[in-house]
Amino acid sequence: MTYKKLIKFYSFFIVILFIAVFGNSFVYCQDVTILNINNPSIRKIPLAVPEFKQFLKGAEIEQDAKKAQNLLRDALNFTGYLKIINAQAYLANPAETGIARKDIDFLDWTGIGAELLVTGGISVDNDKVKLWLRLFDTFDMRLLVGKIYTGDRKDLRIMIHRFCSEVSLKLTGQRGVFGSKIAFVSRVKGKKEIFTCEFDGFNPQQITFHKSITLSPAWSSDSEWIAYTSYAKGKPDIFIKNLKQKRGTIINKEGMNIAPAWVPGEFALAASLSFSGDPEIYLLTGKGKIIKRVTESRGIDISPKFSPDGKNIVFVSRRAGSPQIYIKNLETNNIRRLTFEGSYNTSPAWSPNGDRIAYVGIRQGRIDIYTIGIEGEFPVQLTSVAGDNEDPSWAPDGSLIIFSSTRRGGRSQLFVMTAAGGEQRRLLSFKGEQTDPDWSMVNN
Amino acid sequence: MKKRVFANLLMALMVAGLFLTVSCAQKKVTSDPQSTQPSQETAPADTASDNPLKPVATGDPDVDFINLDIYFEFDSAELTGEAQALLQGKAAYIQTKSDIKVTIEGHCDERGTTEYNLALGERRARSARNFLVDLGISGSRLSFISYGEEKPADSGHNEDAWERNRRGHFELQ
Repeated sequence: MTYKKLIKFYSFFIVILFIAVFGNSFVYCQDVTILNINNPSIRKIPLAVPEFKQFLKGAEIEQDAKKAQNLLRDALNFTGYLKIINAQAYLANPAETGIARKDIDFLDWTGIGAELLVTGGISVDNDKVKLWLRLFDTFDMRLLVGKIYTGDRKDLRIMIHRFCSEVSLKLTGQRGVFGSKIAFVSRVKGKKEIFTCEFDGFNPQQITFHKSITLSPAWSSDSEWIAYTSYAKGKPDIFIKNLKQKRGTIINKEGMNIAPAWVPGEFALAASLSFSGDPEIYLLTGKGKIIKRVTESRGIDISPKFSPDGKNIVFVSRRAGSPQIYIKNLETNNIRRLTFEGSYNTSPAWSPNGDRIAYVGIRQGRIDIYTIGIEGEFPVQLTSVAGDNEDPSWAPDGSLIIFSSTRRGGRSQLFVMTAAGGEQRRLLSFKGEQTDPDWSMVNN
Repeated sequence: MKKRVFANLLMALMVAGLFLTVSCAQKKVTSDPQSTQPSQETAPADTASDNPLKPVATGDPDVDFINLDIYFEFDSAELTGEAQALLQGKAAYIQTKSDIKVTIEGHCDERGTTEYNLALGERRARSARNFLVDLGISGSRLSFISYGEEKPADSGHNEDAWERNRRGHFELQ
């Protein structure tokens, strides 16, 4: 951090302090963003996550303390904007000296370059695990977040991630990815089925059992429904499935019924149906009733996705002779072409803050992921390592993009990267081939 | 109308004859993994004959109707001259079997995105269907379905496999 930036950084906190003291309410702090996660040249903030203090002795507590610390590290590391400092560098051990602000000598942490410090304490109370978690700004010697959680041992992961959401909210102004899930397609015994897992790839669960070709999962905004395409009834139809109850609808008009995308915040969706003779995009109710036709052009119109405000649709059309990405304003019915470079641009995904579109482009036979501003400005290529890179989907806070790639041994697997293409890593190790990831909104 | 059917039949015989002579000269290969070598980096060829993994005509019209696929260029649903010739043979076959109904499957290679390939596969199947209808086959005997990139004929990841997977396939209902 340069001197000037430091001053800026501190004055920021001073302003917050004033608001806190004189505004007599912390609500204002909710609006303050310390980090702009949409900044492509974001510098990772060094963070220390030392051992948890055990307020009771015992094998179980010791085990849980270790587990909690690892969960915390992994989750914060996943964000892509925090860098966990190696524990061997730590000069102090709050597990022994204390985890509250008064117990901490912040010079121990600023001395090793840690700008943030998370301390944790763990105890057991009536068979429940109790956690004390704190986030400190080490330079300012200030408590940013302090929370106490109580729950069953099996819910340790949930409690840690709740705290991470608070950390994210404080640092970025958004709750981050910790309460989100990912739906994807995986091959099972030669067939394709839909699975879901948590944001970090944990706990994959098979949710369809059609023993058929099943594709294109799409979460509703409230994460209670998943729409997808399946050949379960012999041809491609759209299935709308409630994840908690045994309810749902099938859209099985003549021809293909594919590429479902939910209208933000509504029980309605867009999809590509070909009963009229070629694939056109329609708006449908969650029960499958057509509300209106969105595209009218000869040739393919496919892969609709909504802007976060639901007022625009981005989609792929072959109307100009090659697959390109277009945006239609649903209020003015104005349609404009977004991509002009290359002769193959497909699979658009609208960023949650509304300003960029991720998509797949083919250039010189290479299949890669790109993003572009919604006015066509600043196209950026995000992948270039190896393999085919496809199916981009944004994290709910727009900080990360999940995609499928054949870069490791030719088999398609799920990978995650920052919105600027940094920190590319595999999401989960899972047998078979994984494609079509769709990231849910936060649900906690 | 009769004249047209006759002309089609004649064409079919000629096409079948052509394939017969070809098949005599060519070693019949179905799927020999040894020969799945990636071809040189070339643009997708228009002609189908240079890919050793593509099925060749046997001379048995029942077998050939199912086995011989029509092939497409990348991101195209246009019927090549070769595809048109093959379709004329298929039309003649369908004409001679008044009790059969046919499903045309549209397929794509693995490149490009899943959803777009579903749509492209449908266009391929539809253009084959329309060609057959233009040759006098009743549309009620023809249905079509797209499998996009989901059912490759060749699971390889090279030009030969892609070329073989961009196809229209015919099945009896």
